[in-house]
Amino acid sequence: MESKKSLFSRLPVISQLKKSMGLQRGMLVTGIVLTLIFLLTAALAPLIAPFGPTQRFDETQAAPSSVHLWGTTAGGYDVLSRTIWGAQTAVFVIVIAVALSIFIGVILGLLSGYLGGWLDRILVVVADAIYAFPTLLLAMVMSIALTQGSSDMWAGIFAAAISITVVFIPQYFRVIRAETIRLKAEPFVESAIVVGASTVRIMARHIFKNATRTLPLIFTLNASEAILTLAGLGFLGFGIEPSSAAEWGYDLNHAQSDATAGIWWTGVFPGAAIVMTVLGLTLLGESMNDLNDPRLRGRKKTKKNAAKKQEELVEA
Amino acid sequence: MTALIDLPAEEPALQAPKSKKKTGGSLGKYLAIRFVLIFPTIFILVTMVFFLMRLTGDPITAALGGRLPADQLAIRIHEAGYDRPLFIQYFEYLGQIATGNFGRTISDNLLISDMLATYGSATLELAINSLVVALLIGIPLGMLAAYKRDKWQDAIARVLAIAFYATPVFFAGLILKLIFSIWLGWFPVAGRGTTSTEIFMAQLESPSGIYWLDALRSGNMNAFWDVVQHSILPATALGLLTAGIFLRLVRTNMIGTLSRDYVEAGRSRGVSEFRLITKHAYKPALIPIITVMGLQIALLLGGAVLTETTFEWKGLGFQLAQYLTARDFVAVQGIVVLLAVIVAVTNFIVDVIAALIDPRVRY
Amino acid sequence: MSRSTENAAKVNAAVAGVPGGEKSPRSALQIADLKVTFATDQGDVLAVKDVSFTVAPGEIVAIVGESGSGKTVTAKAILGLLPETADSSGAVIISGNDVLSVSAQEMRQIRGRDVAMVFQEPSTALNPVHTVGWQIAEGLRAHRPEGKRVGKKEARKLAIEALAKVGIPEPEKRVDYYPHQFSGGQKQRVVIAAALALNPGLIVADEPTTALDVTVQAEILELLRDLRDRYGTSIVLITHNMGVVADLADRVVVMYQGDVVEKASSKVLFEAPQQDYTKALLAAVPHLGRNSASAGFTERAFQDKEVLVRATDLEIEYPGRLGSPAFKAVDKVSFTISAGEVFGLVGESGSGKTTIGRAIAGLNRTTGGSLNVLGYEMLNYKERTFRPLRKDIGFVFQDPAASFNPYLSIGECVAEPLLIHTDLSGPAVTKRVGELLESVQLPGAYAKRFPHELSGGQRQRASLARGLALSPKLLIADEPTSALDVSVQAKVLELFREIQNELGFAALFISHDLAVVDILAQWVGVLYKGKMVEQGIGNQVMGNPQADYTKRLIASLPVPDPAEQAKRRAAHQALLAAK
Repeated sequence: MESKKSLFSRLPVISQLKKSMGLQRGMLVTGIVLTLIFLLTAALAPLIAPFGPTQRFDETQAAPSSVHLWGTTAGGYDVLSRTIWGAQTAVFVIVIAVALSIFIGVILGLLSGYLGGWLDRILVVVADAIYAFPTLLLAMVMSIALTQGSSDMWAGIFAAAISITVVFIPQYFRVIRAETIRLKAEPFVESAIVVGASTVRIMARHIFKNATRTLPLIFTLNASEAILTLAGLGFLGFGIEPSSAAEWGYDLNHAQSDATAGIWWTGVFPGAAIVMTVLGLTLLGESMNDLNDPRLRGRKKTKKNAAKKQEELVEA
Repeated sequence: MTALIDLPAEEPALQAPKSKKKTGGSLGKYLAIRFVLIFPTIFILVTMVFFLMRLTGDPITAALGGRLPADQLAIRIHEAGYDRPLFIQYFEYLGQIATGNFGRTISDNLLISDMLATYGSATLELAINSLVVALLIGIPLGMLAAYKRDKWQDAIARVLAIAFYATPVFFAGLILKLIFSIWLGWFPVAGRGTTSTEIFMAQLESPSGIYWLDALRSGNMNAFWDVVQHSILPATALGLLTAGIFLRLVRTNMIGTLSRDYVEAGRSRGVSEFRLITKHAYKPALIPIITVMGLQIALLLGGAVLTETTFEWKGLGFQLAQYLTARDFVAVQGIVVLLAVIVAVTNFIVDVIAALIDPRVRY
Repeated sequence: MSRSTENAAKVNAAVAGVPGGEKSPRSALQIADLKVTFATDQGDVLAVKDVSFTVAPGEIVAIVGESGSGKTVTAKAILGLLPETADSSGAVIISGNDVLSVSAQEMRQIRGRDVAMVFQEPSTALNPVHTVGWQIAEGLRAHRPEGKRVGKKEARKLAIEALAKVGIPEPEKRVDYYPHQFSGGQKQRVVIAAALALNPGLIVADEPTTALDVTVQAEILELLRDLRDRYGTSIVLITHNMGVVADLADRVVVMYQGDVVEKASSKVLFEAPQQDYTKALLAAVPHLGRNSASAGFTERAFQDKEVLVRATDLEIEYPGRLGSPAFKAVDKVSFTISAGEVFGLVGESGSGKTTIGRAIAGLNRTTGGSLNVLGYEMLNYKERTFRPLRKDIGFVFQDPAASFNPYLSIGECVAEPLLIHTDLSGPAVTKRVGELLESVQLPGAYAKRFPHELSGGQRQRASLARGLALSPKLLIADEPTSALDVSVQAKVLELFREIQNELGFAALFISHDLAVVDILAQWVGVLYKGKMVEQGIGNQVMGNPQADYTKRLIASLPVPDPAEQAKRRAAHQALLAAK
């Protein structure tokens, strides 16, 4: 019973929900709800979208109507359907990009931090250089190198995901490396050295789990960054072709000229979808971060304190 | 856009020697070493970009393939030396960069250095404008949020910060355009100035390229007003994004600093809360803030590409997108190298400022 | 305001006739029925239950207690520095104001003017990016001593005066220094100067010497006494160190789990404690010269046994960063540790004692001389060739909280050496872990617990069990009890002594606390700035030190007995004067 309960309450989001209060709880709950909506939309896209992602209609730039609830674009796409299917594309890209970059970043970070030496120095300089450079530009260059022209849905998703991966690896690398270096000096790692544990055993048993403690948090925050980068790529025309899959950034690109003509529905809906998704993921990640950091965690007031305030008000 | 992840904060006094006795040359030594560290960054980025771009083939085929007959294409490739081994080309390119000779763009046959100067000043103007917006909004709100922690002011500031961050520049731009240009008609939709202003600017002798500065210098208030009107929406779109990051950065660091013993010590001597924030906690918090703000130059430049495209602001970002579409990789490389230099130099300057503020490095 | 004066009147009535405030009708501090509650995730926690005491002008009152006793919370309550999560009731009267009910504005005026604080860690209590003069002036300029704000020049002058008062040399020059340009002891002087700037009647000193070395501690204690004598400042001294209490305090308030257990004059408390808790606490405090492991020894024990560790002109350097010269942590140190012997290594921070311990365990590389560990020359250290020898070396770390992997159970941690060096089967390992835990007086069921579910003392026992899992020939214990409360420390030391007697392993016991080392070690080495200044039989080094540094070190250690400490203090002063 005891262990069951603690296992459940030790799950990242659940335990944090319990710890939270007031504004932080509000932010966390909003984040969870928005993220769930995003994930459900992506999963249920085939059921809830009225049309297919690449289905074209003759009415172009049609205002919202009963057939096309959110109107149609200049290319004759149904905005509502494109927006819903876009969630699916975003989930694919996030999952691939973040999973790949975590995998590579964690391994490199562990090795570099624990072994040190020339490997560490080179990796740090390279990671720092990439880290300091605008992620979007790098992703653009990567994406050109990868696609070399138009691509179908999965090739496009992978190209976008890999472009984002390259940009994210240095972040995971830096976080994990810093943690590893900190842990290396911890007495519990030293005590493993002292009892004669091998390097592999120390890394696997003592450092890995402790160093990756903050990964769910970074994952969440990076997922929101991945969406922004994907949309940025799409906006500049380096993402996924509109004829192969729905992608919010690309739709917004085309909506820019519509906006000048006062046609708002082609841009506002995919844009709002990006904002809501990023908002949800960021709120989730931020609140998790705050609740993990005792300095930033919201402070409860004693009931009495609150009562005292009341009392003072009455007296005044 | 590497903004929302808090990397374990490095001690501000980076590699400053910890010895207690006064080591006179330590600041100079630190600066010298920090300066040398600029170059690996540039070198790595240049190398990466060079090889990534060449994965797709040579620049001539990329840009003109299909438009020229195969034999002419081959001649041009040979003339440009793109048929030689990649490594020779690479070292040649490094040599060119070192001497400042970047060659000519393929698509419009401009000298790369001229192209960079022309469009670079436009990007610089956008960056300055939006940085002003970001600092004016981000720092005061961040300090307010830290001061009024867990109160409604803090709540609003934080939600704003996240909302700013969550809104892509191009979507913010689209909304701003819809509201302020199309519906209200207050500001122009795009560009850096009306045609007459552009003509006026083109006629100036030795312009700085920063339009409002040039307009002010020449005393043409009509042009100045026009430039300001054109600047407001792009600067706001990009500035708000950055302001969100700055706000959060200032808040987190201020809260961290406010929990330090020396702030409590000041409090124990009767120093007011307001003064604790504005005097005691401000400077120690500023050191990490400045360091991280330096890293945001990347965010600003990445955002500039999108902002410029959105508002047809003819700067490096706008051109970069154009050249990429035209597959003019010589031009793209030129721009990326310049951006790498800007990033590296900015980070250097920021570290120098942080070091100058921190007495542990100075003495 | 009305509430505060009313409260003050009530407390004045309540404490009238209480001894301690007899001379002056107004005490420097009166605390009545103080109660502090904290809101935590686990609900409200009562940190201070019911505390009442007074401090007369010019009196030094010590609040002593172990962790969780509520002494620091009480100190913070005096200055109104409790966090928002705290709720307090009762009364804390300073110069006629009840600090618990005054407005924030009035509280700010009281702080610095009527009461000031000295913090535990001087390096964090000073703002690193402002000069010390600025920091002292900030306190001055927050007040209007004569109805008007202190001018900049005036503030600077007062800051220089304050620095001069606390014995900072060249105060006119040092006023413009930044904190990092001062040594640890000087920093604490600066913190005291900042507290004194407005001549408050009361200073609350929260563990003012805990972060300092013994020799520096003696200076700071001397300074505090001097301030009281010269300016009549009352001091509330928060401490866990009974030696410090015996040295400085006039009266003592003993706290335990939020309650006041006993209040008495210092003399009475140490001579005839009334309460069981006080008696136990005093009994647990190590007292230099009592309970020595080498009592009655006239020559080195275990001389005829096999030598396990032999250091000859050992040197250990840390490389300097960025061209600054290397730091020599250990400089030409020679010693031996024989089988069965407990070697005590004593020194202050930066003496190199931990570095030597770590070098023997292969955690630091040696850079010169020779260090022979179990026949292995550490100068040619290779992890691969040294690893087989590791089963004969156990190690106990200082911080019990950090020395266990938080994701592994205690049983898994203790089993780790067994799994690496033996081929025992699963059940055999479990059985052995149970035996080990029982040998350090932990229930075998604790094997399933995680480190955070154990107390500090329990973790340190488990750490000892892990160190002894393979029955090593040599155990290195690096400050194993310095993170523990006195009563827990006494139990762990007793356990260590018993087990060592029973198993007969050799041990290198590293500590900054002479009294603790004397309890365990038959042979003691004294390190100072990387050099071994003296070594010998424990009772001889402690009782009749030869080297100047050892003499000073031993003289500056306060003993938990006011009468004896007064004599020792006089002797210490004489020693300093002679220099």
